[in-house]
Amino acid sequence: MNTSSLPVEHSAQAEESSQSVQSQRRRKSKISLAMVSPSVVVLLAWMIIPLSMTIYFSFIRYNLLYPGDEGFVGLENYYYFMTDAGFTAGLTNTLWLVGSVLLISVVLGVLIAILVDNMFWGRGIVRVLLISPFFIMPTVSALVWKNLLLNPVSGVFAAIWNFFGATPIDWFTHYPLGAIIMIVSWQWVPFAVLMLMTAMQSLDQEQKDAARLDGAGPIAIFWHITLPHLMRPIAVVVMIETIFLLAIFAEIFTTTGGGPGYETTNLAFLIYTQALLEFDVGVASAGGLIAVVIANIAAFMLIRIVGKSLTEKH
Amino acid sequence: MLTLKQTRQLRTFLLGSLAWIVALLVFFPIFWMLLTSFKTELDAFSSPPQLFFTPTFENYIQVDSRSNYFHYAMNSVVVSFGATFLGMLLAIPAAYSMAFFETKRTKGTLLWMLSTKMLPPVGVLVPIYLIFKDVGLLDTRTGLILIYTLINLPIMVWMLYTYFKEIPKDILEAARLDGATPMQEILRVLLPISKGGIASTLLLSLILCWNEAFWSLNLTASSAAPLTALVASYSSPEGLFWAKLSAVSTLACAPILIFGWFSQKQLVRGLSFGAVK
Repeated sequence: MNTSSLPVEHSAQAEESSQSVQSQRRRKSKISLAMVSPSVVVLLAWMIIPLSMTIYFSFIRYNLLYPGDEGFVGLENYYYFMTDAGFTAGLTNTLWLVGSVLLISVVLGVLIAILVDNMFWGRGIVRVLLISPFFIMPTVSALVWKNLLLNPVSGVFAAIWNFFGATPIDWFTHYPLGAIIMIVSWQWVPFAVLMLMTAMQSLDQEQKDAARLDGAGPIAIFWHITLPHLMRPIAVVVMIETIFLLAIFAEIFTTTGGGPGYETTNLAFLIYTQALLEFDVGVASAGGLIAVVIANIAAFMLIRIVGKSLTEKH
Repeated sequence: MLTLKQTRQLRTFLLGSLAWIVALLVFFPIFWMLLTSFKTELDAFSSPPQLFFTPTFENYIQVDSRSNYFHYAMNSVVVSFGATFLGMLLAIPAAYSMAFFETKRTKGTLLWMLSTKMLPPVGVLVPIYLIFKDVGLLDTRTGLILIYTLINLPIMVWMLYTYFKEIPKDILEAARLDGATPMQEILRVLLPISKGGIASTLLLSLILCWNEAFWSLNLTASSAAPLTALVASYSSPEGLFWAKLSAVSTLACAPILIFGWFSQKQLVRGLSFGAVK
């Protein structure tokens, strides 16, 4: 970005010699200010007002069940939130959930995108089927998986286990977080497939053919041509999915309610329980800010990797 | 011995079959939901699950009387279209001026907009809930429309920006020389040329609003609750209504699924903030 701003300044200086151009430029910047500012102002308000309220609440004692008891408590809310039994669980579960779904969707996404890149009968239909889960609303995916597929008595998985003579697994009792990871992966692998499938189409076929003529095997082509080509879209997938995966809520809300115990409670769900079930605004706000800090650390790293290439393309 | 051509044909056939198997597995839960929606509640809970059964339309016929489906569907429609319309009203001028009157701040502003998406919703849940409670926006369509507009605005601006960037500047400049005001320029020149981009942006916003399930679950109870909340109400363990759950879910997901199928290529651009085309 720094290098590109130089020639702009030069041409700007040249333009200033002509007065009509200058007035036109002033008009232009006035127009652009009037047109961009509504969006900027509402987004700024959306960020600053609630966020500063969260910061304020996090330093006072504030429980909706005990009104009139508000007072400055310093870091007490943070202390309560971080020493709560749910905090370590929530943090670990968040990391497991985000980490494993990212890994699963990138690995499967790449493999499926490459598989579908071949010519075969009904490819259009296959692509449509593959991306469909992404368009299913989270509450539907969660309940369909929980009740129709993973149910230990009448679910489809139980039937498969029975068919092979195994005892069906009671997923939500024994592997609750695993079950959630399965559901969320089912929703987000298609997103990776959609992105990477599209990116595969811009892969230079001639380069691949040339490599093949030089005696490169499919694995060498994958490592040296396909994967480097997909690095940027993979980075985009990781960035976008991280934003959404850090905020996973509906899937937990409708299937486990965070349980058993804290086994499927992530940070988002923990803060929700503090705020809307226990009405402890102070502690929930402290938790909310911790979530914001974590998301910002993730975002900072991701923007550094991906953000720059996003604008450079234009 | 196979000839080279035969080996290649065999390879294509095997890879194609593998792709079909993977696709059918991925799609299976949706297929199963559709199938279950035509079962009686007894069949839906039978063990082992049945692939063949006498289909019934009972679940669809009763869907409104049992769960007041149309009330929720109407909320989904009003909220999704309302937020999309409001979002477009804000995003089109912003994207227009960023794409055609680029200043030094444009790229920074775009990235900043993207960064507002990084703000986790739980970080602002408490204040939004309290503000909404105070001003009477809890459980109202207006409240949800406002929130959805704000959470989708960055994506809409980005998506429109990448489409507008592809329009040659000369076309708009010609209109400007003819004395068109910026408003006329947008309405008479820009919108007609970028119909495709506008339509994809509308569609993406509708899909995201329709499926949103954090704010809708937390800010609505009944009168403004959209379909995501209706489906969530089936999670209460007061009985087994899986066939009805399936029928409601099928109806709730079908329109968006079809939208998604038709616009998959254009959606890539919006969902990746223009990075993948």
